[in-house]
Amino acid sequence: MIELEGLTKRYGEKVAVNNLTFTVRPGIVTGFLGPNGAGKSTTMRMMLGLDRPTAGDVRIDGKHYDRLRDPLKYIGALLDAKAVHGGRTAFNHLLCLARSNGIPRRRVHEVLDTVGLSSVAGKKAKGFSLGMGQRLGIAGALLGDPRILMFDEPVNGLDPEGIHWIRTLMKTLAAQGRTVFVSSHLMSEMALTADHLVVIGQGRLLADTSMADFIAHNSRTYVRIRSPQRERLLDVLHEAGVTVVESGGATLEVDGTGAERIGELAARHRLVLHELSPQRASLEEAFMRLTAESVEYHAHSDASASPQRWGDGWKRG
Amino acid sequence: MSTPQPPTQPAAPAGEAAPGAAHPAFPYPAPGPAYPGYTSPIPVVRTHFGHALASEWTKIKSVRSTMWTLGVFVLLVVGVGLLTGLVVTSTESDLSGESALSLGFFGLLLGSMCVITLGVLTTASEYGTGMIRTTMVACPSRGRVLLAKALVFFLVAFAVTLLSTTVVAFLHVAMLKGNNAGDPTGNEWLKATLGISLYIALLGTLSLAVGSVVRHSAGAITLMIGAVLAPLVVAMFMFSSSLEDVRTVLFEYSIPNQLSVFYANSLGTSGPSGWDPLWIMTGLTAVVLGGAFVLLGRRDV
Repeated sequence: MIELEGLTKRYGEKVAVNNLTFTVRPGIVTGFLGPNGAGKSTTMRMMLGLDRPTAGDVRIDGKHYDRLRDPLKYIGALLDAKAVHGGRTAFNHLLCLARSNGIPRRRVHEVLDTVGLSSVAGKKAKGFSLGMGQRLGIAGALLGDPRILMFDEPVNGLDPEGIHWIRTLMKTLAAQGRTVFVSSHLMSEMALTADHLVVIGQGRLLADTSMADFIAHNSRTYVRIRSPQRERLLDVLHEAGVTVVESGGATLEVDGTGAERIGELAARHRLVLHELSPQRASLEEAFMRLTAESVEYHAHSDASASPQRWGDGWKRG
Repeated sequence: MSTPQPPTQPAAPAGEAAPGAAHPAFPYPAPGPAYPGYTSPIPVVRTHFGHALASEWTKIKSVRSTMWTLGVFVLLVVGVGLLTGLVVTSTESDLSGESALSLGFFGLLLGSMCVITLGVLTTASEYGTGMIRTTMVACPSRGRVLLAKALVFFLVAFAVTLLSTTVVAFLHVAMLKGNNAGDPTGNEWLKATLGISLYIALLGTLSLAVGSVVRHSAGAITLMIGAVLAPLVVAMFMFSSSLEDVRTVLFEYSIPNQLSVFYANSLGTSGPSGWDPLWIMTGLTAVVLGGAFVLLGRRDV
């Protein structure tokens, strides 16, 4: 279990992590979600004692990280795939880590086998692809067979097979009773793996909730309708007290009313429907809405919306 | 700063983690000091300094830069030593009673650059590659890591230097018998082998400490080579007689001159003599290593 209390990190004027308090519990996969630059990696570095918090505290089962006597057997962490000396072979890299915690040499072979890097154990890490580097980092995290695992953006650079593998791995690790804490900036990825969700934006806690609750609270459900008798349908719905959100063109969207009721209404009034489909707003949208105000690096979407401006500018200039 | 958004749901009270139809009840009770977490079959070992040493030893022997720098070092010390010996014998120069060991100086002056490079790389390369984060996660006691690095490096550098200087010393004494070279005394033998090896290994450890402070390989190597050469170069350009004293001090305490003291062919007559350079270097290394130790504890990795 990892407990954060009022964790704060300031770099000069800039507050990277702002008063974070939450608990990461064992037995489940906890997703740590936030847009780029939200402070996820800084938080994880503080959990591992790499960065000193400006204020607040992180405790691992009640202890500070640097008080752990057998750190690799307590926590395994994948921080970034590049935390490796490229001139060292995969085997030697893991052996250096194993030696530092008195882990037997045969365990290095075991983890290389687990992540599927046995065939390149004798190859230098600098020749590794991003995905292979990620697997090597995961092997390092698994080396001590730890009770807590932390992965910072583990699916980065992995191919679909690798992504599937890491999802299964994380779920298996959690099912064994371990604490699994995984960061990502992709909501869709978290929706598939995480049981619990901690969302941050600009270093602040935005949500600390179970995945199921997050889905229930944040994804808008609505019914999409298309009909050639649009005007009559609107009247009928209005009379029945159903609120309609028009979404341009021939489609209508109805919030908070089941497709069944609308279908029955249409049948009773002999209206032709071309489409009647229950929809669920994607979690990605919910996540973007939640973090909308805290996104640090906005892309200017209006630039792409009106491309003709580019040409205009040229002509006038 | 944006306006803070309220969390969608206040933090779940302890013990009520992640319920929901999609995820059946999780098999653990309320979080507390005791929970049935995962227990590994791997025996738990309390890590100590010995583990850090073993790790650093594995590290230093598993990168090619160690082989390169130390290989070139041996090549320079033995090769240049052999060459100077050959030049002296072929020109039938008269050493007029001076010890044959003194010829070892040139090779070692060049070779010291390799030891400086390896020393810096031992610490700074971990920052360049990002390996340092992996290292510090595996061993959160930062001072222990630095000390293990320093000790392993010192012993490796010392062993390699001792081996090469001893070989060169025997070669020179054997080669220069006919050139009226004096018989080296016991103290001269000690200084030209053990003494100089300790000095070079300490110079490398100083570089290691500088590498840990600067955290940038090229920067730290440049700094160290500058520290070796600059005093001599600066002294050369001090023409003014009012700077005579400063000039002398710079000359005498420059690292090349300190090195030559071990071969008793110092560039000056005053200044360090005998085993003095070794004590100077020990003090300097201790101070910089201490500084690196304190900084390492304070800074973020």
